[in-house]
Amino acid sequence: MIWLTWRQFRAQAAMMAAALAVLAAILALTGPGLADDYSTGIAACATQSGGCSDFVQRFFQDHQDPFLAVTAVVLVLPALIGLFWGSPLIARELEAGTHRLVWNQSITRTRWLAVKLGLTGLAAMTAAGLGSLAVDWWSSPIDKTAADNFPRMEPLLFDARGIVPIGYAAFAFALGVTVGMLVRRTLPAMAITLAVFVAVQIAMPLLVRPHLIAPTRSTIEITESSLANIGMPPGNAPIRAWLKAPDQGAYTGAWVLSSQAVDASGHAVASIPLSRSGACAPPQGGPAQQPAGAKPGDELSPCFAEMKRLGYRQRVTYQPSSRFWAFQWYETGIYTALALALAGFCFWRIRRRLS
Amino acid sequence: MTAVLRAHGLGKSYGRRWALSDCTLDVPAGRVVGLVGPNGAGKTTLLNLAVGMLAPTSGTIEVLGGRPAAGPAQLAKVGFVAQDTPAYGGLSVEDHLRLGARLNPGWVDDLARRRIERLGLDFTQRAGKLSGGQRAQLALTLGVAKRPELLILDEPVASLDPLARREFLQDLMEAVAEHELSVVLSSHLVSDLERVCDYLIVLVASRVQLAGDLDTLLATHHRLTGARRDPATLPADQHVIAASHTDRQTTLLVRTEAPIHDPAWTVGQLGLEDLVLAYMGASAANRDHRPALEVIR
Repeated sequence: MIWLTWRQFRAQAAMMAAALAVLAAILALTGPGLADDYSTGIAACATQSGGCSDFVQRFFQDHQDPFLAVTAVVLVLPALIGLFWGSPLIARELEAGTHRLVWNQSITRTRWLAVKLGLTGLAAMTAAGLGSLAVDWWSSPIDKTAADNFPRMEPLLFDARGIVPIGYAAFAFALGVTVGMLVRRTLPAMAITLAVFVAVQIAMPLLVRPHLIAPTRSTIEITESSLANIGMPPGNAPIRAWLKAPDQGAYTGAWVLSSQAVDASGHAVASIPLSRSGACAPPQGGPAQQPAGAKPGDELSPCFAEMKRLGYRQRVTYQPSSRFWAFQWYETGIYTALALALAGFCFWRIRRRLS
Repeated sequence: MTAVLRAHGLGKSYGRRWALSDCTLDVPAGRVVGLVGPNGAGKTTLLNLAVGMLAPTSGTIEVLGGRPAAGPAQLAKVGFVAQDTPAYGGLSVEDHLRLGARLNPGWVDDLARRRIERLGLDFTQRAGKLSGGQRAQLALTLGVAKRPELLILDEPVASLDPLARREFLQDLMEAVAEHELSVVLSSHLVSDLERVCDYLIVLVASRVQLAGDLDTLLATHHRLTGARRDPATLPADQHVIAASHTDRQTTLLVRTEAPIHDPAWTVGQLGLEDLVLAYMGASAANRDHRPALEVIR
């Protein structure tokens, strides 16, 4: 049975192996250079007065396109496995009637399914794991510079790093097999598998993942890193300040679920009203020349002091970056459990209902 | 002798439609059993129940003393050539033989290879490129080379031309003689079965109409022709299967164990085809009320 499974699977396996080999070759050729650029750049900027934020930003912008491309590969790989390995596994047999041939050899259909599911499923998880590992290694310097735009706890990067792609692949594969067994035709099975998998992948970060561990809530002073915009409306209306999710310090790489300004009594406000005559008013006669050596934003520190005096603070709900691996394990566990449940259903159905 | 196939009150329904109902059979071993009936009569359902592809809705079925497809041992004892003789289109003939060898402990590789060579099939050819007849032969080879005690074939010749059909059946008979197989073979054409079967099951509208040894069936059915008369006046041991009347003449098809001595009748022998058609016609005429189940052992 192992031989037959391999004989039927080898073309698909070879195609996947070739694709992974090409990916690995490209990453292996460019990866060391990338890591060198990063370490030399970081070493150089550490001694400079302006700090490394410029370098970090530039480095990320320079490599944004390949970064997004390889991330997309890891995101799409499980879906492809579900579509092209999972859906046809049983559906193609039922469609061609070959199940009537193979189920009448001296082997029970339970064993037949066990070998097919086991071997192909393991191959699916291995492929996703290898792809994810290679991309993890290659993009680790970029990931470090991407914390502002793509924090690693946030849905896009979280889904394409670490071990969750293995869980996704197992689930997508089992889903494809199950749908194929129910629909009995390959093409509709592929369409349904894709739709369901995408729906689950969207539902997971929206509905389930934020609650895997109770998010951290904190109320913090407003600083430069959470200021989105200060505006002075025409007329005599007060100046208004809008906040954004903080992304420095404890919030580097974190997944901020909500952040809002709260006033002295603890009520959320959309924006902070500030007096036109206070510290947040723009300097008279246009922007003042900054004294040499001052960091950008220094001239705003009296403004933040005024916000603090007025009692405005920022309330943040977030999943800190330190929970990355805990979340990776939880989510991989959930998807693996779903895959096992689907496989169990397949076994039940092939024994009881299917002909 | 043990029964190769024993069914009691066997039925299979899909929703509210019964594909097979109230089927009671006891087929002895060592026979070539022809299962005949019109399309949609339930032949495939009965055979699929016998190999365990389907589970019965009601009643029981036993094949070679075991529950169909109960385990590897039971699967090894029964060979099945499914309808339309499916084969893996992308796998070569050679691959199919290796499949058989890997999945069947009783596989006789030598036998399979000799058969394929004798049939003139190319080992490297993909099964998807084989003609219908060649594919049927490949499926039969897989069925025979696993050395089953019972070989079940579901309409194996339906898609073959007359020449390929004759060759296939001849070949099947050689295999049967060589390996002492019991065979159950279905067809909607009586002429296919006439040459090969020695036991007949007629299945019409999901019910078994007739089952029995072919010679006995032919010896106990007669065509009576004579002056017009009411079939009700016949002796009690003569069962009328079919009757047709012209203005002056009556033709009856009767079943009886006893010889017919009434000088008013001209007694004629029946061919297999006449016999089967008579039961099919009788079933069609009786569709409104429950048809009589005629089982002769």
